[in-house]
Amino acid sequence: MPGIKDRVAVVGMGCTRFGELFDKSDQDLMVESCHAALEDAKMDLKEIQAAWLGIQGAETGSSGCRLARALKTDYIPVTRVENYCATGIEAFRGASYAVAAGIYDIVLACGAEKLKDTGATGLTQMGGEPQFGAWVWAPVVPPARFALSATRYFHTYGLTPEEGKRMLAMIAVKNHHNGSLNPRAHFQREITIEQAMNAPIIAWPLGLFDCCGVSDGSAAAIITRPEIAKRIRDDYLVVKALGLSAGAGTQGVMANDYDFIHIDEIVRAGKQAYTEAGIKNPRKEVDLAEVHDCFTITEALICEDLGFTPRGKYKEDIEAGTFDLGGEIAVNPDGGLKCFGHPIGASGLRMIFESYLQLRGKAGPRQLKNPRIGVAQNYGGLPGGGISGMAIVGARD
Amino acid sequence: MAGITSFGAYVPLWRLSREAIMKGLRGEKAIRNFDEDSTTMAVAATIDCLKGQKREAVDAVFFASTTAPYKEKQIATTIAAACDLRRDITTADFCNTLRAGTSAVKAALDAVKAGSANEVLVVAADCRMGSPGTEFEQNFGDGAAALLIGDKDCVASIDAWHSISNEAHDYWRLDTDTFIRSWEDRFVFNAVYYDLVTQNVAALLKKVNLTTKDFAKAIVPLPSPRVLADISKRLGLDAKAQVQNPLIDIMGHTGAAYALMLLVAALEEAKEGNKLLLNNYGNGSDSFVIQVTDKISKKVEGRWGMKAHLASKKMVDDYRIYLQWRELLTFEATPTPPGGHISASALFRDRGHIYPLHGLKCKSCGEVHFPPQRVCPKCRAKDQYDEVRLSDKRGTVFTFSADYVCSRQEAPRVTAIIDFEGGGRMPTIMTDRVLEEIKVGMPVEMSFRKLVTQNGFHNYFWKSMPLRS
Repeated sequence: MPGIKDRVAVVGMGCTRFGELFDKSDQDLMVESCHAALEDAKMDLKEIQAAWLGIQGAETGSSGCRLARALKTDYIPVTRVENYCATGIEAFRGASYAVAAGIYDIVLACGAEKLKDTGATGLTQMGGEPQFGAWVWAPVVPPARFALSATRYFHTYGLTPEEGKRMLAMIAVKNHHNGSLNPRAHFQREITIEQAMNAPIIAWPLGLFDCCGVSDGSAAAIITRPEIAKRIRDDYLVVKALGLSAGAGTQGVMANDYDFIHIDEIVRAGKQAYTEAGIKNPRKEVDLAEVHDCFTITEALICEDLGFTPRGKYKEDIEAGTFDLGGEIAVNPDGGLKCFGHPIGASGLRMIFESYLQLRGKAGPRQLKNPRIGVAQNYGGLPGGGISGMAIVGARD
Repeated sequence: MAGITSFGAYVPLWRLSREAIMKGLRGEKAIRNFDEDSTTMAVAATIDCLKGQKREAVDAVFFASTTAPYKEKQIATTIAAACDLRRDITTADFCNTLRAGTSAVKAALDAVKAGSANEVLVVAADCRMGSPGTEFEQNFGDGAAALLIGDKDCVASIDAWHSISNEAHDYWRLDTDTFIRSWEDRFVFNAVYYDLVTQNVAALLKKVNLTTKDFAKAIVPLPSPRVLADISKRLGLDAKAQVQNPLIDIMGHTGAAYALMLLVAALEEAKEGNKLLLNNYGNGSDSFVIQVTDKISKKVEGRWGMKAHLASKKMVDDYRIYLQWRELLTFEATPTPPGGHISASALFRDRGHIYPLHGLKCKSCGEVHFPPQRVCPKCRAKDQYDEVRLSDKRGTVFTFSADYVCSRQEAPRVTAIIDFEGGGRMPTIMTDRVLEEIKVGMPVEMSFRKLVTQNGFHNYFWKSMPLRS
């Protein structure tokens, strides 16, 4: 199995500002991110041979035409993909594999989502489980779903609600600090521990600042082979690994012995990606990780699932500053979903964009010291029956 | 000898103090939660009645109510499915009159006596609405009662009965009405009620050569608490000693279920040899002579009946919550309404799992899982399983959350992951709960409730709830 490592390169990226973009449609955002990527790569749209669009909302179309029509591509293949919250990474995977397979030389991956036209204050029932037919037993609303993990995390590790909520508040404070340094973020203000802990409850024990925002946005990447990349720019990125795990229900909420404080899909996608990239000690070898902090508790679980911290030790590490911008491994240095919201199709590519900036030394006030390896990771669905996608990118050798 | 072989009841957990309706009013009434209706209360009463009985022995289900949630679609079938009864049974709904419960009892007796059924389950449930500000609103309560009618091991035999049909507009409701209508009460009581009931009881007693003095208790559902003294006098009954407590002050008039609920209350106090006189009123009158047997003293494990249900209660102090549960005060729908898409074909396909709450137990590894899947989530064996009923199993809370945003009607909506005793895990919505009391590890039981009404469907399913005490 040859894998993807070092076989494709990212030579241009674009990312819109994320936020409540009431004056922009999803297609406006696609034009913005894709043209920014083309300009970045000093490339013309005509050079793109195929494209992948990650978008989930049924209202915004369930075909590649949404992107083709927005950009006015020349009737090239455009594939629309959807895979829960990993939709953006799925578009990136499709594009990367097509190049690695030698089918195309230069392709485009675009993710976009227009949540603010739904009229909903949170995600609607996107990605529901039709397998359950006519009746609804599951907590279909994400805050209630992830709050189950918070309750259980506190219980398992003996944290009082006060201690548990303080741990979660530290995640929110960290990510909001990072977001305050990012002009593309939806939320660019710092918050305090007290603010986070005293905020109105959305789904006990999660309060307002434990939940990510609801935002619009788009991000795009141009992918090619390294030998072509060399002709385009010196500071391209190479893809080190792509992981994807689809929960089969043998663990998670359908299993009697599931603990609710880890998510197998995340562990599995992580293992796939680490193996492919040759990473043995993630905490030492990964410099920055954009992970799926849809809720603060989710970031804590992911950091344990991906081996950034031992099980049950997240609290110690967040208190020690391990995951800060200057810490051992920067987690969500761009502000995360906490500050960018989660326009589903866009999130995965927005995460890769942060590595694109950081690994090339272009992250401004958020710039880390000489990072070499960046992770982007998404998770969506119900534990055991969800999707985790993971991409690892590296600076060119 | 045909009669009652078992009985059960259901009174909702919640009580509205009449003081909350209007200052100075006394007493309280039983009110259904927002996720309860006549179907769900009937299921609860049926399960109560079938404690200690063989569910597979039931040959027919007769449902009685004036508030069936569908105008066209049988409720008895839903009850039979939820209670996991056989499919080769007779089902029928009795409706449109306060007499529906006793009419169903008569039909059940006829069936048993004719030999077309050995055991008929009669269940009556009602949740009628009086317009805000009326005496009806103050007096009406919600509840259900179930009787198993058969001819073996009766706790009470039903030895004689008599009915009169009477065309009158005393109480009625158009098919488009929300609230009960009535003509002035002096007409109802003086021209219709008193005469009809006394005539019918007299006709019955003549038939069996008894007088009201021969009865230990008379069950007389009162259209209004104000008629107790008069009707007792006219029937020659000692109102204090002989008339079954009408429970209006603590429960309210429970419509078509009322007569049967009072009968269950009377049976709980009855001794071997007692004679009971059961009367019912509504577009006529049904009266019965009931003889309590020696089987009455047998204790039934886990059965709640009327007494325990009435003793177990929580107060709703805010009249607005009552209005909200009745959908008389409505909120704008949330942008992300819980409920999901309802499909008749999918409901039909999964009916054997949804209504009786059946999980699967893997024959290969023994794992119990829900929802049913063909491939075992533990050992991946394909199509090797037995069905297990989970609706009558207790469970414990593994973890929970309380969502304040997704549903304004039940903010916060409590989601609880529960582990069933004997295996099996299920994500549930928790009902009839007090938020502050919910803890990891707390014991729960299952209750059949209405999840949501959407696209013209009442979508019923099981919720968890703290053990009722």
